[in-house]
Amino acid sequence: MQELQTILEEALESFAAVEDAAELENIKARYLGKDGSLTALLKGLGKLSAEERPAAGARINEVKQQIEAALQAQRDAIQLHALNARLAAESLDVTLPGRGLGVGGLHPVTRTLERIENLFHSIGYDVAEGPEIENDFYNFTALNIPEDHPARAMHDTFYIDEQHVLRTHTSPIQIRYMQAHMEKYKHLATMPDIRIIAPGRVYRVDSDATHSPMFHQVEGLWVGEKVSFADLKGVIADFLQNYFETEDMQVRFRPSFFPFTEPSAEMDMSWKGGWLEIGGCGMVHPNVLKHVGIDSEKYIGFAFGMGVERLAMLRYSVNDLRLFFENDLQFLKQFN
Amino acid sequence: MQFSESWLRTLVNPSLSSEELSHLLTMAGLEVEEMTPVAPAFEKVVVAQVLTKEKHPDADRLNVLTVNVGDTEPLTIVCGASNVTVGMKAPCALVGARLPNFEIKKAKVRGIASFGMMCSETEIGLAEESAGLMVLSDEAVVGQSIREHLDLDDHLITLKLTPNRSDCLSLNGIAREVAALTGAPLQTMEDSTNIKQSGSASRNVKVSAPEACPRYTGRVISGVNAKAVTPSWMVQRLERCGLRSISALVDVTNYVLLELGQPLHAFDLNKLSGDIDVRFAKAGEKLKLLNEQLVELQDDMLVIADGKGPVALAGVMGGADSAVDDMTTDIFLESAFFVPGVIVGKSRRLGFSSDSSYRFERGVDFAATLIALDRATQLILEICGGEAGQVTAVQGDLPVRAPVTLRSSRVLRILGISLDSEEIAQILSSLGMTFQQSGDDFTVTPPSYRFDIAIEEDLVEEVARVHGYEQIQPAPIQASMTILPNFEAERPLSKVRQVMVLRDYQETINYSFVEADWERDLCSNTTPVTLLNPIASQMSVMRSSLLGGLLDSLRTNLARKQPRIRLFEIGGCFEAEAGSYSQEERLAGLAYGSAVSEQWGAPARNVDFYDVKSDLEALFAPRTLTFQAAEYPASHPGRSARILLDGVAIGWLGELHPKWQQQYDMPLTAVWFEVKLNALIQSSVPRAEDISKFPAVRRDIAVLVDEKADVQTLLDAMDNQNVPYVTELALFDVYRGQGVEEGKKSLAFRVLLKDTQKTLTDSEIEPSIAMLVEALHKIGAKLRGK
Repeated sequence: MQELQTILEEALESFAAVEDAAELENIKARYLGKDGSLTALLKGLGKLSAEERPAAGARINEVKQQIEAALQAQRDAIQLHALNARLAAESLDVTLPGRGLGVGGLHPVTRTLERIENLFHSIGYDVAEGPEIENDFYNFTALNIPEDHPARAMHDTFYIDEQHVLRTHTSPIQIRYMQAHMEKYKHLATMPDIRIIAPGRVYRVDSDATHSPMFHQVEGLWVGEKVSFADLKGVIADFLQNYFETEDMQVRFRPSFFPFTEPSAEMDMSWKGGWLEIGGCGMVHPNVLKHVGIDSEKYIGFAFGMGVERLAMLRYSVNDLRLFFENDLQFLKQFN
Repeated sequence: MQFSESWLRTLVNPSLSSEELSHLLTMAGLEVEEMTPVAPAFEKVVVAQVLTKEKHPDADRLNVLTVNVGDTEPLTIVCGASNVTVGMKAPCALVGARLPNFEIKKAKVRGIASFGMMCSETEIGLAEESAGLMVLSDEAVVGQSIREHLDLDDHLITLKLTPNRSDCLSLNGIAREVAALTGAPLQTMEDSTNIKQSGSASRNVKVSAPEACPRYTGRVISGVNAKAVTPSWMVQRLERCGLRSISALVDVTNYVLLELGQPLHAFDLNKLSGDIDVRFAKAGEKLKLLNEQLVELQDDMLVIADGKGPVALAGVMGGADSAVDDMTTDIFLESAFFVPGVIVGKSRRLGFSSDSSYRFERGVDFAATLIALDRATQLILEICGGEAGQVTAVQGDLPVRAPVTLRSSRVLRILGISLDSEEIAQILSSLGMTFQQSGDDFTVTPPSYRFDIAIEEDLVEEVARVHGYEQIQPAPIQASMTILPNFEAERPLSKVRQVMVLRDYQETINYSFVEADWERDLCSNTTPVTLLNPIASQMSVMRSSLLGGLLDSLRTNLARKQPRIRLFEIGGCFEAEAGSYSQEERLAGLAYGSAVSEQWGAPARNVDFYDVKSDLEALFAPRTLTFQAAEYPASHPGRSARILLDGVAIGWLGELHPKWQQQYDMPLTAVWFEVKLNALIQSSVPRAEDISKFPAVRRDIAVLVDEKADVQTLLDAMDNQNVPYVTELALFDVYRGQGVEEGKKSLAFRVLLKDTQKTLTDSEIEPSIAMLVEALHKIGAKLRGK
């Protein structure tokens, strides 16, 4: 069967030379097709004697399998080649920038306020809000600042009319909250503790590198049966250490005066080797509690207030207050 | 309040350094705002006297002096000062002296050895500029250190006093406080009650308003020399407290004001006519004050009047026409107690503040009225001579210091510390409080100089202050915890902000007060909420929209060459409503420049209405907004929409009107929106429904409509039919051009149909589609291709 060997060699050789899938199938037909040479040999088996037939048949089949295997291998090779060629052609410059919109960012004051709210939220403080145009009662009288009291001179107030001002602090929120709280729990013998922070815009007639006619304050209030000055110190120290993420933070309280707290204190924190004023605080003045109908003999409260821009400036090394309200994108994008 | 440390130390001298004293005051609530040395550091400068003076042989402008510096031998010193005279006393820096800027060495000046340097004020750091040598007084002791002679180791201390501590508005008051805090003895005032009362002149005083002036004392001093020179020690003390020397008579009243805190006034007796009356002003009365201000008096202003009319605004300022001057020979010296409530606010109303009103409106010690009068009399007699007449005193009902109860238990409860009643008693005593103790409780009567002790908490603060705030240990946070409510149907504001951030907007914070023009132009608001006292005209009204501020920030950034600007703000908008004011929180956004930042992968195109509309839709998702063409003053009339949520108007979207674009000098237009924050916050808790396992079927419907037709009308028409199986109706294409006649446009809608129970067949789908087509047909939309 010299012929068989020749067919095999020829087939293997011609398969290997082909790179195109369609051509490979054409060549395949030459051997395995209806008129293919191997097909012809198989057909010729009938002419052989019964004794010769099995051996010859086996040999032809063996060759046929070899040819089919070679064919499949070449098919795979061509497919792989084609895939590789496609992949090579499709490769991207992955370093090109992504397409579409970018992202914006929050104002540093908002960022700071969200952080403050989260810290106080973790010890059970709710966030309270109130109007920025306040009447005289909430901004002053209820806070134990009678008309013509020298303390009113401490607040350079924007007036809308005789009875209305732009709130000079967020303390009126505390008054409104306490009133609502008392109303809500008037059926109880003992009201639940009040624990809130009151963030928001406040206004004073003042404008220079360290004063803005509008700025943000966050005030805190805790009223309950067991609240003391020592608790106030604990909360403030804990807050500042967590806000600035340093346990080395020293906090100092020194006597001061606010009409709405007694005793009152200024809060200083250690900063770059010295002390920096960070806000005011104290025990809620009995007159303030009286104004909202809270029994000052039974309940004691503390309140504190801090400037949000001040906290942001210290945290993010901002050195000019005015930058916060200029809204220069170059400045704002640093906090994204 | 500024004062001299060394003056204070003549009254109380605790063994504390200047820094320690400053810390003590600050930690007791008398905040030291500033402490500066009177003179810079220098040494070996002494009082010297010029003995002889000869011209330098080789220099026209130099003199060769022999100078007595207290040593046995005089020194030879070459000196260039033009004011040098024989016999004068001046500071001399000895060889080896370190001055602020240089060191003195033995030197030859043009061939003559000089053993030191005569000094000007500049050279020893006492002045920025000076002409010639510093001239020292004749009494200066030759050889004495100049630091000692001029008391240069002193510090100027500025206290930032809180309004409640009027008792510390004097050296005596501060000293009293330091004594209480340290236990150091308080120097008692020199007894000045035995004044040589040689004169008999007096003035009648009537107090017609005793409730406003419960104590009035005055005395005539005749034959004073108004031209007398104020002694240098007094001038120095006044200067170190920030007051200029004016004349001996005025200086004495100022000195006693600083020393005792009692404002005094000296009238020129001969300019007064008739009796003194302390009364409220009558409407129409006028008074020219010492500061030359002519004041129209109001009937709530207390005045000192004579027979002719007001001569002083009581407790605030004297009148110009009765003031002492160089020619004054007789004075009427006033020391009075005016009730704080009567004085308060008056000087502020007149636009100034005086040392006198500052003290009276906070409270002056009514027990020291006469002491101060005597003290001033004594000093005037010493300095200006004259004869003191009898004191005229009128007294009514002085303030009563009501006893205040202090319970030790309350101290502990408020402060959260343990403090025994013995220590509390000790603290009360140190502060000059008188009290009766009963067990652990006290009944306390505050001293006349304390106007700030009315309730128990005031005393608690005093106890805490003297005990030391620092001694109160911070308590770890302890509380009965309850979970704070969390309303799922309200979107947290932080999430709303985050959507804006992810849509590439930068948050801004703009002033709530804006220019009136912005309100008028952008919102047609001609009646904005207006400030009575704006800080600047461009910040005079409260905004009724956030747009003005955003445009302003836009322009700031355009000026700084930013090509693409996308801003948002969340904040209050204000309106007046029948005598009251409303505030509404809103969110506004503004986009300017290219739709996306300049990039390789997207064509450059300016942001338009629909870009921002998509941002808005994302902001409200999953809730669906609808938009109605409607005009708004800020917007292009054809590119402006009212935004509705569930049929309720909640804001505006629009492209800036070209006229404002031009007016605000913007190269491109901007697209803006503003919505009520409430609408954004309100959401709902999701509720799951069955989902279909069967595939949706899609059919498209394309119709021809007039160019002017809006899509919403068509969608509403289809929606209103409640067609079976339809789960989604959306526009996906708008076509104009070939195949569509002029003035028309083709709109293509995608319809998704679905059933939860079965796969839909054509026979179920076709009737639904037919219903939609019919609905469209009714409003004039023609099916395309038919």
